[in-house]
Amino acid sequence: MPTTPRSPEGRPAAAPVMPIRTPAETALVEAFALARERLPGDPDVRARAFAPLEKGLPHRRIEEWKYTDLHALLREVKPLAAPPDAAAVKAIRKGGLPLGKAEAIRLVLVNGSFVPALSDLDALPAGVEVVPLGRALAEGQPWLARLGEAGAPADNAAVALAAAFAGDGVMIRLAAGAEVERPILLAHVQQGDGHAAYARSLVIAEARASATLVESHSGPGAHQTGSLLEILAGQGASLRHVKLQGEAAGTVHLATLAVRLDAAAAIDSLVVERGAALARQQMFVTFAGEGARAALKGVTLAGGIRHLDTTAVIDHAVPGCISTEQFKAVIDGRARAVFQGRINVAPRAQKTDARMVMRALMLSEGSEADLKPELWINADDVQCAHGATASAIDEEQIFYLAARGIPRPEAETMLVEAFVAEVLDAAPEAVRAAARALAATWLKERD
Amino acid sequence: MLAIQNLHVRIPDREILKGLDLDVRAGEVHAIMGPNGSGKSTLASVLAGKPGYEVTAGGATFEGEDLLALPADERARRGIFLAFQYPLEIPGVANMTFLKAAMNARRRGQGEKDLTTPEFMKQVRTSADSLGITQEMLRRALNVGFSGGEKKRNEILQMALLEPRLAILDETDSGLDIDALKVVADGVNRLRAPGRAFLVITHYQRLLNYIVPDAVHVLSGGRIVRSGGPELALELEERGYADYAEVA
Repeated sequence: MPTTPRSPEGRPAAAPVMPIRTPAETALVEAFALARERLPGDPDVRARAFAPLEKGLPHRRIEEWKYTDLHALLREVKPLAAPPDAAAVKAIRKGGLPLGKAEAIRLVLVNGSFVPALSDLDALPAGVEVVPLGRALAEGQPWLARLGEAGAPADNAAVALAAAFAGDGVMIRLAAGAEVERPILLAHVQQGDGHAAYARSLVIAEARASATLVESHSGPGAHQTGSLLEILAGQGASLRHVKLQGEAAGTVHLATLAVRLDAAAAIDSLVVERGAALARQQMFVTFAGEGARAALKGVTLAGGIRHLDTTAVIDHAVPGCISTEQFKAVIDGRARAVFQGRINVAPRAQKTDARMVMRALMLSEGSEADLKPELWINADDVQCAHGATASAIDEEQIFYLAARGIPRPEAETMLVEAFVAEVLDAAPEAVRAAARALAATWLKERD
Repeated sequence: MLAIQNLHVRIPDREILKGLDLDVRAGEVHAIMGPNGSGKSTLASVLAGKPGYEVTAGGATFEGEDLLALPADERARRGIFLAFQYPLEIPGVANMTFLKAAMNARRRGQGEKDLTTPEFMKQVRTSADSLGITQEMLRRALNVGFSGGEKKRNEILQMALLEPRLAILDETDSGLDIDALKVVADGVNRLRAPGRAFLVITHYQRLLNYIVPDAVHVLSGGRIVRSGGPELALELEERGYADYAEVA
């Protein structure tokens, strides 16, 4: 992963740019010095995780951050959240989770801390083990050794932030052959005015295990939230992943999903991004065994002055794996949606099948879409395809609906719903209503 | 019901309608015939409120009100219906969802309450059956994967459900075989009513064998150059439009 732009010949294009530290970058270093002693686990491990941030935040001259210049966009650093008080827990129990107890196995993190009282630890089905990360870090736990194995790049700023600052999260082990019917909900809820909250979670799916993981992010306030979810999918394991990002309008949200797939394993992911002022969802998928499959889907709904970034990197490191990516963005107001998708095909990864489609629907003059497909193909017997389009709403379709009496706002809503339906309808049954609700409320709020 | 006076319409590079006059009263069926490029589809588009046309002189009233001042959706809610020559495909919007939205929009325009789902289903089933539209077609996305004939029948279904005051059929016969033409014409004839008028735009006389008009107008060079009864259509069929070639 290059950290300075390079000329086509591969030489550094210019001397590395070392901008002066911004107040936020200085505050980040100070915040880490304080947190390092307070957070559970080995302080030296945290220091190593934080090391890439000593140099500052990534800026636009670093290609992967060209469209999401954290150095410029992150203006302040919020204080690390304290664990939630009883009132906050009570408020969430009354209704702050997207799925009820009957619908999901709920594991709840409030302000970055795991809250057993809100979680369904007593109702775990056979083959599912859950250990809160905070406890594992404090007491020591063999699964900790597997953190970092999923392929999330340690020098990536969002990964480093979560690894350095996360005091809690959940570690889940799915036993070999376990078929978990009910989705496992990882709910990240914020309560308070403005704080920083980071969570790190790990899913170890043993051979042939299958489960659905749902991540949700919600809660009022203007926060800085970060999450790092690592999934290790053993041979033939099959996982579905849904993320519902409904952060409050003032929040900065930096999240990473890293998945390592052993032979014949599969991941199906759907990310719905609609909240936050600034958000970046990163996905790193590594094919480690042959015959594995990854399908990544996403719907980004960006309104107002939001900046929503989706960055996916798929590493076809071994032969015979299939990846499909389908991302759609609807952009309104003065919002900006970024989609970067990179597909790496290693020299030995023959018979790779990789397809990526990104489509942006622009609803306003001031909206912006930055679509960047990248294919790095080093094998010759592969099928790789990509497509990227950005278009306005179809005025012919609007006229057809108008000619049937349907007013423009309602017609636009119908067309936007139609645009995203194809992706949202792919959500697992148990989560489809929640995914659609995120889109529906977004559409309602734009009127 | 519809009164058009001295209507001049242009698109950016040229003038298409050059002083068109037409009066259509409630209960009447008027046919507009004419050669390609005479302005037939422009007339339909302008009456329905399609953007992109500039009215440079003259005007049109619908039930006494200035029609051209109203946006397209408002015209539709007041009872103007355009059956499209090329109905659009809208992937992802279910035909049923669309029909319900359109019917409720029209009802709201008339100050009525939205339909309940059973009322809606009943009305759609009844009309769809008579037009040979299957449940499967209703479940599909709007016009997606429909044949040319199915699209036209779907237009007539919409017309039946929306119960317009003035229906404009823009070359509804184009691309139809004789059986489909009969189904469409039967659908139109069932809707003929004293309070409802039709403007049937066609290039060929064939459709008018099935939808017998009260008046036939020849549109040429952006103006109505001749008007008459149903017999005029037969004459045109025999002699073609050569007599009405636009004078340069």
